[in-house]
Amino acid sequence: MDLFYPVQIFVNWLVYSIFSLKQVSILGEAINFFIYDSIKIFILLAVIIFIVSYIRTYLAPEKVKKILSKKFEIFGNMTASTIGIFTPFCSCSAVPLFIGFVESGVPLGVTFSYLIAAPLINEVAAALLWGLFGWKVALLYIASGWIISVFAGFILGKMHLEKYVEDYVYKIKIKKNLKLEKKTQKERAKEAYQEVKSIIRRVFPYVLIGIAIGAFIHGYAPENLLTKIAGKGNWFAVPIAVLIGVPLYSNAAGIIPIISSLIEKGLPLGTALAFMMAVVALSLPEIIILRKVLKIRLLIIYVAIVTAGIIFTGYLFNWIL
Amino acid sequence: MRIKVLGSGCPNCKILEANVKKAVNEKKIKVNIEKVTDIAKIMEYGVMSTPALVIDEKVVSYGKVLTSEEIKRLLKPRKFT
Repeated sequence: MDLFYPVQIFVNWLVYSIFSLKQVSILGEAINFFIYDSIKIFILLAVIIFIVSYIRTYLAPEKVKKILSKKFEIFGNMTASTIGIFTPFCSCSAVPLFIGFVESGVPLGVTFSYLIAAPLINEVAAALLWGLFGWKVALLYIASGWIISVFAGFILGKMHLEKYVEDYVYKIKIKKNLKLEKKTQKERAKEAYQEVKSIIRRVFPYVLIGIAIGAFIHGYAPENLLTKIAGKGNWFAVPIAVLIGVPLYSNAAGIIPIISSLIEKGLPLGTALAFMMAVVALSLPEIIILRKVLKIRLLIIYVAIVTAGIIFTGYLFNWIL
Repeated sequence: MRIKVLGSGCPNCKILEANVKKAVNEKKIKVNIEKVTDIAKIMEYGVMSTPALVIDEKVVSYGKVLTSEEIKRLLKPRKFT
């Protein structure tokens, strides 16, 4: 059963009875779409962010590095990617994170798995995908993000690129390790609640604008608008979408609702997901910041491998879906 | 009392610094506020999530932006039990 059926009944009543818009009118449909999607997405955002933030209170980076420094090879990559699912990524914390991991003996490839997974798999994107495409697509996104970060990290680890990390990174020594804070369940819940508030406050204008543009496209753009130029028949659509997405710096919040209506107009889901992943996983500001710890050669290899992984996933989805 | 704000210049670090100044002004106490932006120095404290707050060489918070109210509580002479 559709969990959001009551919301739909409420919105139908609101739009068609209270606003007295005709059910068949384009405007009525677009407004219905807009209100229903907004309510549904904000419910999902609140619930998912709360759960993820709660789990996150157990995963401070200071603790994560201890866990990861004991793991090697593929298991390390898997653990790192899994933890990365629950961690947000602010590009300003990339450098201390990277140095902290390397300093405490986390293998380079494992560090990369974490560094890729943290921004690539993000809870706001998962909530939006769930709201707009259903839980299967959301799960597919998380699973493919996880696989990309496991393998990209694994390959980077196998390439023995340690010499392309900036030399000063190895010279830094942490004098004293932080004592981890002990938190009660109540404090964790409070922290998670704060996080919900702050993330929703931050993303809600983007989500609303995104949904509004999406609703407009849904109502007014001609069917099959994109089938010809970016449909499955066009093999260059995936790499082009990804290459456009890589330098872009945006949050998933605004982009996903727009993409969702472009899919209705003929954009294949794989191409759309690949574009979205490219936008969230890599961005110009992040690349510039990582340059502080990675020599240019390693930086290029890193970006290339992640980009290749995303392009591959795009093709895979277009093929299986 | 010496307070250090650790952070490499991200927006959150600036908010924390402003909150510290506000808290100090409201408490009307004389403290030395220092901003540490050098990554090597930040790492020496074992901090991986910025911004972090150090009072008298002790890391009292990391990875979050404390409000000025929370900072005021930290500025009270702490009882060690």
